[in-house]
Amino acid sequence: MLIAILAIAALAALFGVLLGYSAIRFHIDGDPIADQAEALLPQSQCGQCGYPGCRPYAEAVAKGEAEINLCIPGGEATMLELADLLGREPADMGEIVEKPKAKARIDEKVCIGCTKCLQTCPVDAIVGATKQLHAIINSECTGCELCVSSCPVDCIHMVPIPETLATWKWPYPTSLPAGQGAGVSALALTAGEAAASGGRSQDEDQREAA
Amino acid sequence: MNTRFDPDWAAKPAQPIPGNKRKLWHFHGGIHVPDEKSLSNGRALRPLPLPAELVIPLQQHIGAPARPKVGVGDQVLRGQVIAEAQGYISSPIHASSSGTVIAIEPRAVPHPSGMHSPCVVIATDGDDRWAELPEPIDFEAADAATLRERIRQSGIVGMGGASFPTNVKLNPGKDQPISTLILNGAECEPYITCDDLLMRERAADIIEGARIMLHMLGAPECLIGVEDNKPEAIEALRLEATLADDARLHVVEIPTLYPSGGEKQLIRILTGKEVPTHGIPAQVGIVCQNVGTAAAVADAVLRGIPLIERWVTVTGRAIAEPQNFRVRIGTPAADLVAAAGGYSGEVTKLLAGGPMMGLRLQTDAVPVTKSFNCVLALTGVESPDPGPALACIRCGTCADHCPVSLLPQQMYWHARAKDLDKVQDYNLFDCIECGCCAHVCPSHIPLVQYYRYAKTEVWAREKEKRASEHAKERHAAREARLERLERERQAKLRKKKEAITPKAKAAPAAGKPADASTDADEARKAKIRAARERAAAKKAAEGAPAPAAAEAAPSDADEARKAKIRAARERAAAKKAAAEAEATPAEKPAEKPADAPTQDTPADPEADAARKAKIRAARERAAAKKAAMEAGG
Repeated sequence: MLIAILAIAALAALFGVLLGYSAIRFHIDGDPIADQAEALLPQSQCGQCGYPGCRPYAEAVAKGEAEINLCIPGGEATMLELADLLGREPADMGEIVEKPKAKARIDEKVCIGCTKCLQTCPVDAIVGATKQLHAIINSECTGCELCVSSCPVDCIHMVPIPETLATWKWPYPTSLPAGQGAGVSALALTAGEAAASGGRSQDEDQREAA
Repeated sequence: MNTRFDPDWAAKPAQPIPGNKRKLWHFHGGIHVPDEKSLSNGRALRPLPLPAELVIPLQQHIGAPARPKVGVGDQVLRGQVIAEAQGYISSPIHASSSGTVIAIEPRAVPHPSGMHSPCVVIATDGDDRWAELPEPIDFEAADAATLRERIRQSGIVGMGGASFPTNVKLNPGKDQPISTLILNGAECEPYITCDDLLMRERAADIIEGARIMLHMLGAPECLIGVEDNKPEAIEALRLEATLADDARLHVVEIPTLYPSGGEKQLIRILTGKEVPTHGIPAQVGIVCQNVGTAAAVADAVLRGIPLIERWVTVTGRAIAEPQNFRVRIGTPAADLVAAAGGYSGEVTKLLAGGPMMGLRLQTDAVPVTKSFNCVLALTGVESPDPGPALACIRCGTCADHCPVSLLPQQMYWHARAKDLDKVQDYNLFDCIECGCCAHVCPSHIPLVQYYRYAKTEVWAREKEKRASEHAKERHAAREARLERLERERQAKLRKKKEAITPKAKAAPAAGKPADASTDADEARKAKIRAARERAAAKKAAEGAPAPAAAEAAPSDADEARKAKIRAARERAAAKKAAAEAEATPAEKPAEKPADAPTQDTPADPEADAARKAKIRAARERAAAKKAAMEAGG
């Protein structure tokens, strides 16, 4: 009996020493879970989650200090991915207003060249210098809206990204019948009527976008 | 619903067709559908009269859209390049007839979104004059690169529907030798008969195209697959192949089954090989081209004619006289319908393409593009409303008929749940969207819509992921830049501090040897004393010009001391005057003692006085401006 207890105790001691050694010898710097969580976030550094950037939020979520439903640009998809990664229950996203993706645009006539927006942009998407006109590089803007409030003359506006043939997606099928709605009776649309009703046309700016 | 599922399909060899000497294979699944070919293949082909306006989209191919080379108001000729290719996977666009460019703007195009896309609009002048065409090439003497370049310049893309640039497809690379060229004359989709008529009437050109492509690929054989519901086409092709006296060409009759015309399905039928998932046929040594593409290749190489027209079927029971037309690219579909006698009754569905894979058109004002093969107007009888989708009963019929051996039911469940990772696990991107699964589903579930949604959603998410990776890099670079600037600033400050302390150590050694103590206060005091003496000497020099200079020079110690006292008094007076002039700037007095030790003794005392006066005036101006700004702002 005593021998059994001693044997188990000895084994436990051995494993303890092994684990302790491994914890020191194979220690990793940094938090791999935080890295993985950061990879799931949209990287707009907008601060809407309450943390100053995506990396601090990722670290907080990895430590378990923050809820996973705080990222608004990421939306439901990001929340589900975080839940999957961290093994947590998917949380309710609350009232999310689906905002169309937009990019910032500076009104050239109003800009005074104060460089305040240059300093706030987290991805350096604004070019310019003191007393020179500022402009936003459309392909780099992430739509985080941090610059809008920093402008003292209120010249930055968010312009929704126009949909193009390249960005168009098939919609999620609704429960409409496979025939997609009641049959169009006699084909009344001629060329003229189609032009008048106006198909969705592409904005001039779509050539700039991405 | 005519469907066929034979559980022993894999074990049994394909039934030999009388007259066919080649072995054939089965592909999994497939459905028998009424082919409705007789509606439109009875009438002879007609060329369509030139439309008044040609609307030519800049994107009629897979890859980057073409960039316009002409401007509004330019005169263009038939066959002239009006837009050039951008990049390797792209294709140029040619004018389909002579006329004037009246606009380059977004117009309606055949696309499921119904969106507009940039097009070059040409008002035809009716003369139909040709531009100068490139010279014909003797292909047997030419090398593959020359022929590929000609095909590229002629704007030839796959005309079976995919519209992939043909010169790219015919360039599999040295590490993928091609053993078989397959020409796709199957035309398995119901209603469409344009390839059937093409094979009947342009069999010679198709055979020429096949020979050109065989030469380019260096392949030993060419198989032309045609479904057995097109006996006239098979006969015409066999005749031309015999006339060409080329033993490499084989016209093979295959059983009629939808979707035998799918590239991977046809490869399986003719050669028994399976194209690997995420792969292309070149990986199994095969290149597959549509018969229309082959004819276009012959036109380009042998006659220098670019791709400016194609054959289009106008059919469906809602069309008065269904038939085929030879149509210029850019002709509005409405013109074709009008030439076919117009609509004859209620049009339940208007499609660009066939009933299985065609896309729904809201209007017939869309132009004919390079891959637009059919205008299909269906009545309510032909296209009955299947009613709302019911619940999936997990019968598995969809999987029985999938030609790619996928599991449509599993893909449906995961696509419905928006679980995109799991849908991809079931090989979502191998789905050819043929519609067999949706056709046989007893619950009328629009399965293909779910897969299309999943595919575009996955692509959109991948794009977003790339964008956020890029944003992260930029953010990290910005943080690094700010850190670097901060470090440089700190380094500069440190350097400045160090620059001050060595000078303090040096000055007391020169002036007062007695003060070489290690005490910091003593060192500072010594610094200040030294500065004062230097300034005094300077003032003495400038305060009274020549006599002062003469007086500063005497070897008499007393005289020197008196001069020092005088200089000190003048200095004090000057300082008081300066203090009165400076009202607000706080940093200026702090700078003065720092500036004094670093100033060199000026050679010209008058210049020094003038400069000092200027500085004082500037300081007063700045002070006044600041006061004004604070009052005004």
